[in-house]
Amino acid sequence: MTPVLDLGWSDWLQLFTHYLTLSLLSVGGGITTAPDMHRYLVNQQGWLSDAQYTASIAIAQSAPGPNILFVALLGWHLGLNAGGIGWALFGVLVCMLGIILPSSILVYVTSRWSHENRELRAVRAFKLGMAPIVIALLIATGWILASVNGDPLRHWPLWLITVLTAVIVWRTRLHLLWLLGLGGLLGWFGLV
Amino acid sequence: MDSSKNSTLRAQPASLGDLFLSFTVLALQGFGGVLAIAQRELVERKRWFTNEEFVEEWAVAQVMPGPNIVNLAIMIGGRYFGVPGVLAALAGMFTAPLVVVLSIALLYAQYASHPGVIGALRGMGAVAAGLVVATGLRLAASLRNSPLSIALNSVLGLLCFVAVALLRWPLVYVLLGLGGVACALAYRKLGGEAGA
Repeated sequence: MTPVLDLGWSDWLQLFTHYLTLSLLSVGGGITTAPDMHRYLVNQQGWLSDAQYTASIAIAQSAPGPNILFVALLGWHLGLNAGGIGWALFGVLVCMLGIILPSSILVYVTSRWSHENRELRAVRAFKLGMAPIVIALLIATGWILASVNGDPLRHWPLWLITVLTAVIVWRTRLHLLWLLGLGGLLGWFGLV
Repeated sequence: MDSSKNSTLRAQPASLGDLFLSFTVLALQGFGGVLAIAQRELVERKRWFTNEEFVEEWAVAQVMPGPNIVNLAIMIGGRYFGVPGVLAALAGMFTAPLVVVLSIALLYAQYASHPGVIGALRGMGAVAAGLVVATGLRLAASLRNSPLSIALNSVLGLLCFVAVALLRWPLVYVLLGLGGVACALAYRKLGGEAGA
């Protein structure tokens, strides 16, 4: 089931360049390129099992930190398949550098330019025009995350938690970790 | 809180170490994504941004490739300390969470099927969704100061929500299409102001 790999340097290089390309395509965040990573790593190359791919996404979503760390976990599992902890750490390095480097350089250059030219009419128009769009995108993202809750009629306690959280966080300054902890506890005891 | 309009309270990262620590603290609190906590920490606690500035920076972070929150860290780090600032912010963002995530990966195989763990993740997921929605609602207050009318902002926002959340259109088309229209309208509006 779990593949045992014998990867050469050319394979690692190919992996790295594939991630360099994906980095530049990852508008909207790394998760938008996740389907392609499945196609490449699992279907095309056979470097990861389906279970390892799914576990990587699930762990990164539930752990603290940026969700892009699912890429680190893909590299980790790939390295484990190739020979152990040392290779796993190498896999983390290759995948993370690949996915982060190109976009980061682009963002650095662009943000410097846009800050230096922030009085330009075009730059101001971009920020003003995009403001309602990106705010709505946030709310849409929350909506999509909530749809994982399932059918609202059957799983209404989960939806109730989502709605209550939204209202409480919107209207009060209660620390977010209390809410996450409470949600986790309710779930642990099977109450939601 | 009565926040004065002239933000004499404006703060900024004190040093590379401050950047590193701030982003470490921020990242370690971010379950299911770092965005909600970023608005809380950077705007309301540290006051490195006003809500308006946060939305503006976020707009740039959003349209560029790469994870939004990573892009934001790069922009903040670079703004105050150049490339060393970028490296400090990114190191803070990734080092501790990476250790945590890899530790969980080592444990995951044994506990993935534990009903309590599955339930806890489900409950935390429901909370995380609410956090993201609330962050959007909090930031929406910043639109009141926009030169664009409330009606126009509302229509643009509503269309974007319908396209992404309900119709599930690919993000790129929404950003290019609707975003393009919004920027063009804003460009015209700014021209009108200057001419008047």
